[in-house]
Amino acid sequence: MTWSATARGAHQPDNTAFTQQRLPAWHPLLSASIALPLFFCAGLAFIGLGLGLYYSSNGIKELAYDYTGDPGTGNCSVCATAGQGRAPPPPCSCAWYFSLPELFQGPVYLYYELTNFYQNNRRYGVSRDDSQLSGLPSSLRHPVNECAPYQYSAAGLPIAPCGAIANSLFNDSFSLWHQRQPNGPYVEVPLDRTGIAWWTDYHVKFRNPPLVNGSLALAFRGTAPPPNWHRPVYELSPDPNNTGFINQDFVVWMRTAALPTFRKLYARIRQGNYSAGLPRGAYRVNITYNYPVRAFSGHKRLIFSSISWMGGKNPFLGIAYLLVGSLCIFVGFVMLVVYIRYQDQNEDEEDDE
Amino acid sequence: MFRRSFNRFCAGEEKRVGTRTVFVGNHPVSETEAYIAQKFCDNRIISSKYTLWNFLPKNLFEQFRRIANFYFLIIFLIQVTVDTPTSPITSGLPLFFVITVTAIKQGYEDWLRHRADNEVNKSTVYIIENAKRVKKESEKIKVGDIVEVQADETFPCDLILLSSCTVDGTCYVTTASLDGESNCKTHYAVRDTIELRTVESIDNLRAAIECEQPQSDLYKSLGPENLLLKGATLKNTKKIYGVAVYTGMETKMALNYQGKSQKRSAVEKSINAFLIVYLFILLTKAAICTTLKYVWQSTPYNDEPWYNQKTQKERETWKVLKMFTDFLSFMVLFNFIIPVSMYVTVEMQKFLGSFFISWDNDFYDEEINEGALVNTSDLNEELGQVDYVFTDKTGTLTENSMEFIECCIDGHKYKGVAQETDGLSQTDGPLPYLDRADKNREELFLRALCLCHTVEVKPNDTVDGVTESSELTYMSSSPDEIALVKGAKKYGFTFVGVQNGYMRVENQRKEIEEYELLHTLNFDSVRRRMSVIVKTQSGDILLFCKGADSAVFPRVQNHEIDLIKVHVEHNAMEGYRTLCIAFKEIAPDDYERVNRQLIEAKMALQDREEKMEKVFDEIETDMHLIGATAVEDKLQDQAAETIEALHAAGLKVWVLTGDKMETAKSTCYACRLFQTNTELLELTTKTIEESERKEDRLHELLTEYRKKLLREFPKSTRSLKKAWTEHQEYGLIIDGSTLSLILNSSQDSGSNNYRSIFLQICMKCTAVLCCRMAPLQKAQIVRMVKNLKGSPITLSIGDGANDVSMILESHVGIGIKGKEGRQASRNSDYAVPKFKHLKKLLLAHGHLYYVRIAHLVQYFFYKPLYDAAYLTMYNICFTSLPILAYSLLEQHINIDTLTSDPRLYMKISGNAMLQLGPFLYWTFLAAFEGTVFFFGTYFLFQTTSLDENGKVYGNWTFGTIIFTILVFTVTLKLALDTRFWTWINHLVIWGSLAFYVFFSFFWGGIIWPFLKQQRMYFIFAQMLSSVSIWLTIILLIFVSLSPEMLRIVLRSVRRRSTRSNLSCKKASDSLSTRPSVRPLLLRTFSDESNIF
Repeated sequence: MTWSATARGAHQPDNTAFTQQRLPAWHPLLSASIALPLFFCAGLAFIGLGLGLYYSSNGIKELAYDYTGDPGTGNCSVCATAGQGRAPPPPCSCAWYFSLPELFQGPVYLYYELTNFYQNNRRYGVSRDDSQLSGLPSSLRHPVNECAPYQYSAAGLPIAPCGAIANSLFNDSFSLWHQRQPNGPYVEVPLDRTGIAWWTDYHVKFRNPPLVNGSLALAFRGTAPPPNWHRPVYELSPDPNNTGFINQDFVVWMRTAALPTFRKLYARIRQGNYSAGLPRGAYRVNITYNYPVRAFSGHKRLIFSSISWMGGKNPFLGIAYLLVGSLCIFVGFVMLVVYIRYQDQNEDEEDDE
Repeated sequence: MFRRSFNRFCAGEEKRVGTRTVFVGNHPVSETEAYIAQKFCDNRIISSKYTLWNFLPKNLFEQFRRIANFYFLIIFLIQVTVDTPTSPITSGLPLFFVITVTAIKQGYEDWLRHRADNEVNKSTVYIIENAKRVKKESEKIKVGDIVEVQADETFPCDLILLSSCTVDGTCYVTTASLDGESNCKTHYAVRDTIELRTVESIDNLRAAIECEQPQSDLYKSLGPENLLLKGATLKNTKKIYGVAVYTGMETKMALNYQGKSQKRSAVEKSINAFLIVYLFILLTKAAICTTLKYVWQSTPYNDEPWYNQKTQKERETWKVLKMFTDFLSFMVLFNFIIPVSMYVTVEMQKFLGSFFISWDNDFYDEEINEGALVNTSDLNEELGQVDYVFTDKTGTLTENSMEFIECCIDGHKYKGVAQETDGLSQTDGPLPYLDRADKNREELFLRALCLCHTVEVKPNDTVDGVTESSELTYMSSSPDEIALVKGAKKYGFTFVGVQNGYMRVENQRKEIEEYELLHTLNFDSVRRRMSVIVKTQSGDILLFCKGADSAVFPRVQNHEIDLIKVHVEHNAMEGYRTLCIAFKEIAPDDYERVNRQLIEAKMALQDREEKMEKVFDEIETDMHLIGATAVEDKLQDQAAETIEALHAAGLKVWVLTGDKMETAKSTCYACRLFQTNTELLELTTKTIEESERKEDRLHELLTEYRKKLLREFPKSTRSLKKAWTEHQEYGLIIDGSTLSLILNSSQDSGSNNYRSIFLQICMKCTAVLCCRMAPLQKAQIVRMVKNLKGSPITLSIGDGANDVSMILESHVGIGIKGKEGRQASRNSDYAVPKFKHLKKLLLAHGHLYYVRIAHLVQYFFYKPLYDAAYLTMYNICFTSLPILAYSLLEQHINIDTLTSDPRLYMKISGNAMLQLGPFLYWTFLAAFEGTVFFFGTYFLFQTTSLDENGKVYGNWTFGTIIFTILVFTVTLKLALDTRFWTWINHLVIWGSLAFYVFFSFFWGGIIWPFLKQQRMYFIFAQMLSSVSIWLTIILLIFVSLSPEMLRIVLRSVRRRSTRSNLSCKKASDSLSTRPSVRPLLLRTFSDESNIF
């Protein structure tokens, strides 16, 4: 491109610091004298943090049970074999018995975990209609094409909620029973099924369509439930604040996981006697076994976990911090040695350039 | 009406492929011959590339020839047609942007060219039609038109001089813009038409001219003294009439003009190379991924689990086709490893960066009141890569003005201006002297200076005012003569002019002396001297002769030589042009004889030249040597320093000039291109001699020189740079005709051999001087060097139109905004006012730009290796600005130090920073960091609840974490590499991080109605509420930055080791670095810049 200096009478260029490339500048030099303390400090800080993280992660208790029902692994195998090759599998229930010798420090969270389930598959991940889920009536009738083959039912009705993610909603259910005294009666432990989804998801992103004559069912008239569902979306829960698209189980499920092995929050235990945790005693989890995972050689697990300030049990962060911290210090030492040796040399060969 | 064919224009030319017949005034020559209007091209000059209607398709075609653009076009098309994870907008928009910006830029440039063309094409000329002067636009001139040209106008096309306003039909012409020689040349009108000095008479002329078809070689037809070339300027003659023979694109100038082709810089070439490597990686990656996909899908429950069934259409798609589309969509997914934003940024960097060149105050020249000019912004970094410098001499190395320096009379030296003399004033006092010669001899000498020349005096215009009215403007075909006359004037003898055949000289006593000019024995390059014979007022007849020492010494008394020879040799060593002055008294009866002989010779019709020469030879004998003069072809300010600096920077400087060999040689000495101890190898017509065995002789010389050089440098190229400092230096001189002998003796088998031998010799010489070059030959040389092994980067610098072809041919063309018009600067890539500016341009700007752009490019290839596709759009904003600021402002070494130590330049030559090593380093670094990011987050996500409220995080959080780490790492890495923190850097680096955070909040904070999927909703805010994620981000950023940090620290340790404690302090404050410690420091500084 051509230009001469602009038409300022004289063609002399501006004599400013910027144009002459003489802006005042800071010349940081990351010299050894700065970097060495930095490395040591960082190393120490990291080790400290790492220790903290490691111990708090270790302090977290986890109790897990694989209820997939592989042959010979407890009573859920009955359900597993019963559901083999049949879709949808017949309803079946099984139970998991465990006992706690001491208090399971709360608050306790109940998770289910699936393995080998690719929620991050692209075709799967896009198979949803966010505007339908935000309650837009027009989208309710006309789901986006990404939802195919779960866009329209065989009868030609639009599916609500459409798409593969919704269709594959996890539909096992659990209830927890506590036996305070041996041979005593089992008391149901209250599970808080609300507040398990992101606040924004539950309150903003997911909305039911506007009610018709005060009825959600009428609002959904003319739509079909996803083919794998036993009941329509407006009957997911009797609680009007927890049904339809804003059913919290559904909302949690719709937030697709990053890895093929993932956990999703099922319930929180924080009510009544159990707000401090699960007291010692025998427990039984009643499992309604619906969800077929053996078809894709997946596993289902049930997990009770407590939680610290840093989230669930994950030793990785602590170990990583410890490792990096010690590496830092090691490198610091190596550099110190190199540095000193060079300096010695420097004094010896002052004029050897 | 007479008819005459001017056959001589094509005489001597064997390969007369075709001749053209031009009818003067487009009148048929005779009634009998049917007048057939021949088709010649019109007088329009076209240097522009596009027209209005072909701009779009042609420009698009040009742009898509660029490999990257084509690639992105393909990607875009794939995205449009195939179902892919990313929207076509992500690649289409940047592509569109790039194309548009480039198209606008090129369109604007072409518009400027159109305008420049129009300026030339629409200029007014006067044409004689039907005995009237008709005003016309230049482009309307047809072959055969009679054109009237007035003083100081340029010729609008190639003309044959019919008549001029002078009686003898001569006119003076300067061809400065054609071959760089600014002196006036005399051209003669065709004998038969001299008398036709009026409009009417010239219109009545009926004639036909037969001349050869247009040819490019300037010197082949510059000979005919009636041909006036387009581009030359009429001087000193009121007006002339000429008939147009070649017009428009067929003129010599246009034929010597080469089309402007797009220049690519070496950096761009390596970008393209990287691009291909990455393209290969991309293809491999896509192939591997496709394979893996199908391996994974081979288990049925992975291919189509019950929760993720395919549509009917998907099931029915043909498998191979599906695989292919899968492959394509993987390619699109990964296409971000080839960064489209890089091209935008690189363009911007170059464009904005070039402002710094035009802004630089050091390039500002008071005289022409202009700074540097940047025509092409594409080549900034190329300035840092130059291997060969080709420079013009006249107007580039020299100011093109001669200055009288000193003289010696009878062995006594007179030097300088009269200031430090013993109280005698300049005008009436004698010469400043060391020891004085006889007063009479002095005066004789000065009179000789005043008389022995062909200078004409041009009376000053009254416009100049009273103050300058005493000044006389001298005009001459040789600037030396002007210098001599002016020199004499300085010492009190002023040449006032010629009147009625009397030369008038004002002597020291302000008296006018008149001398009758009897004969002028003209200068020619064979005799290398000239003489005048004058008759003094007292009736004595004197002959004054001046000429080169070799031409004069044999013709004077021997005893006089010795005294002066010392001075002459001394002056020659200093690079001055020396001339010796001799005189002789001719007795009246001798003169009678001489006079007769001279007139006879002049009248001779056959062998006139030879006869005259013989007579001259006889006359100029037994002269008395009076003295010698030294004239300096004044070099441009700091030209010698610049050349020395360039030499020190490892550049090879070649001088290509149209001038005579002697002149050029002395200039080369003066500007220290040749040192006094440089051994010169000459390949000129003189050494080869005009003989039958030209080629054999040439062959002999070539082999001899080669042997010599090979002996001298046993180890060849590798140790060349070192060898220069240790061995005898060699300089090569070659002239145009020899060069064409070497290059064009193509028919016989040995020619290639010559060429390669010649090149070998050239490579081994420190300096090469090529004289008597035609513009195209200059370009030929440049092309020859350009095509050498290793394709070195060439730079040409020149000021005249004769340099244009060379400027266009080389990688980087630099024009000097000199006195010889603007063609050069208009066609160049950069234009500076003076040669000395080359030093800073190359050493400082070039170096910096190179380092900057190299970093920029590497950074870009490094940056997006793990780029989340959905964030491309704003990726451009986040990470491009800091690197752009960096690449504009970074000065890893201070400018002052760069200019003062040219050795640094060597470090970056050969594209050192964009070689495989650094490239691999960056790629592996990027791969390492990508791994760290991914697996770090992966392990973190082993448990999905990362919050104290136990809620789980999903897919998009995963991506966002990685992307956040990426943005921070990449930006902070840049911060680590920045060694020159101005407030702009601060603003941009921290600003872009802040902007990233802000944008993420904003992007995630609102449900965007136009998006199909609200997947980013609130992810970022939610993410930041987790402590674990914070900790992970910090850790991973630290880990991925640590190799870079380590590297920097190690470097600084090493640096410490190589510098003394004293300089250590000063290094940290490099602005105040004293020159004394510089070399030491610089080496280490540049070491580190080399690591990249």
